[in-house]
Amino acid sequence: MIENLVNDLQQKFGESKISLVEGVKQDTIIVSEDILTELCLYLRDSPSYYFDFLANISAVDYHPENRFALVYNLASLPYQTQMTIRVELTVENRTAENLPEIPSVASVWRTADWHEREAFDLMGIYFTGHPDLRRILLPDDWEGFPLRKDYEDAESYHGIPIKGE
Amino acid sequence: MLEKYNQGYQKYIDKIASVGSTEMVINMGPQHPSTHGVLRLELITDGEIVKDVIPHLGYLHRCFDKHAESMSYGKSIPFTDRLDYLASMNNSHSFVMGVERMLGIDDKLPKRVEYIRVLVCELNRIASHLIAVGTYGIDIGAFTPFLWCFRDREHIMNMLEWASGSRMLYNYIWVGGLFYDLPVGFEERCVDFVKYFRPKLDELDEILTNNEIFIQRTANIGVLPADVAINYGCSGPMLRASGIKWDLRRVDGYSVYPELDFEIPVGQGLAGTVGDCWDRYKVRVDEMRESLKIIEQCLDRLMSDFARLPDFDPRALVPKKVNLKAQSYYVRSENPKGELGFYFETQDKSDIPRRVKARGPSFNNLSVLPELGKGVLIADLIAILGSIDIVLGEVDR
Repeated sequence: MIENLVNDLQQKFGESKISLVEGVKQDTIIVSEDILTELCLYLRDSPSYYFDFLANISAVDYHPENRFALVYNLASLPYQTQMTIRVELTVENRTAENLPEIPSVASVWRTADWHEREAFDLMGIYFTGHPDLRRILLPDDWEGFPLRKDYEDAESYHGIPIKGE
Repeated sequence: MLEKYNQGYQKYIDKIASVGSTEMVINMGPQHPSTHGVLRLELITDGEIVKDVIPHLGYLHRCFDKHAESMSYGKSIPFTDRLDYLASMNNSHSFVMGVERMLGIDDKLPKRVEYIRVLVCELNRIASHLIAVGTYGIDIGAFTPFLWCFRDREHIMNMLEWASGSRMLYNYIWVGGLFYDLPVGFEERCVDFVKYFRPKLDELDEILTNNEIFIQRTANIGVLPADVAINYGCSGPMLRASGIKWDLRRVDGYSVYPELDFEIPVGQGLAGTVGDCWDRYKVRVDEMRESLKIIEQCLDRLMSDFARLPDFDPRALVPKKVNLKAQSYYVRSENPKGELGFYFETQDKSDIPRRVKARGPSFNNLSVLPELGKGVLIADLIAILGSIDIVLGEVDR
């Protein structure tokens, strides 16, 4: 079934943009970031798939490489199927001025709004076209992105020491 | 930080600053009892009407993801208990199931282990729904059901404490098995509990479900259409109350649920419209009845086909070290609140995962609140928030 899906997507969006990675238990479809929104819209609305339920967005850090990945877990309620999309992002350096950028899918599934805010907050991924991109779990004036593997805690936050021993 | 990374925050500041002279900004929480924990809602109100709701989360953020990335899988189980601390068994069951499937031992588990897992999960589901129903009553102004629900929940807490040694945070379900077999006499006590509890549900119906005041406060309030619910990623009783028969226990058929007979209650709009607050409440009450049915069947099997044997070791399959190939895996299961998922990304030659992400059902269910809360009365906002049944431990993780 997944091969048919990949073939169909490759025909529609170009062979170079989409590839299938077979995992040990679950397969993943790797998508290039420039077609992400279109592809998600197609997957949601096309009558043969109806992936109308976005379950989860996870951002993954591949330290020490300057590489990140975003993983979208989709489910289809009418067909009772699941699939995983992955987008690879490479950046030149890991400074706070150079966040990896990816188009937002909040216009496709509104639940992506909070998931993307969480990825921005904890992993420092910038979502272009997001309606309300600000930190969600941490305070608005927090520095750094704690889920990155190279994150180091600050000495103090507003005069409160936070380096616990 | 670059200007554009700060735009979202600036937009929010501007929105609060531009509130007109006829409107008012009100902070509800984080210490407000009806927010069920430490949720802070910023309301823009015009008189009694809510114009906008801006939720602020994170007061209970305990970095579950970061913790899980720094220790082996077995050590993370106590942390999963603390996600949705009202349904710890269900959380660890989901996490453990994911690790077992990656290891490929999920179909080798003894049936007795699986039945005990389902039994304690369903007991915990009833306990969680009792809190949801009881505190919902108290939000609306009915005090007695709250005390009744807590009285009955205490029986479940005592039983699970007897099995695991802890009252709320159990660490009972392990990768590849269980902490211990059930204590001798647990099944009989559980049978007594089911006998005791069933009439109590009828009492609850009389005092709350069909109570005219309660119906006036909840029917036709906070109507959530099915398409909006799906688009916002709502799951569990939230989604089912909107009329969609979606229960992962049936859809995925994990553990021994395919062998058990139970119905999936959906919202029918008996008091008002499909998907209103009363429907969400009613689905939970009906689910408690279905859980009792599951518990009875589990007890039946646990006392006949898979009865206690002197040489039965629930830890027989517990791996000494979890060695996995590099892979990614998403596991989901039906928590009392909805779809609880864990996304794993493992690395070669290490028993520490590269990434674990918990998908909390309350987090997604709560995200629909700004949509439901627009244009309602402040008192109705409390009713809507209560009907979502959030646990902040899982919203903030």
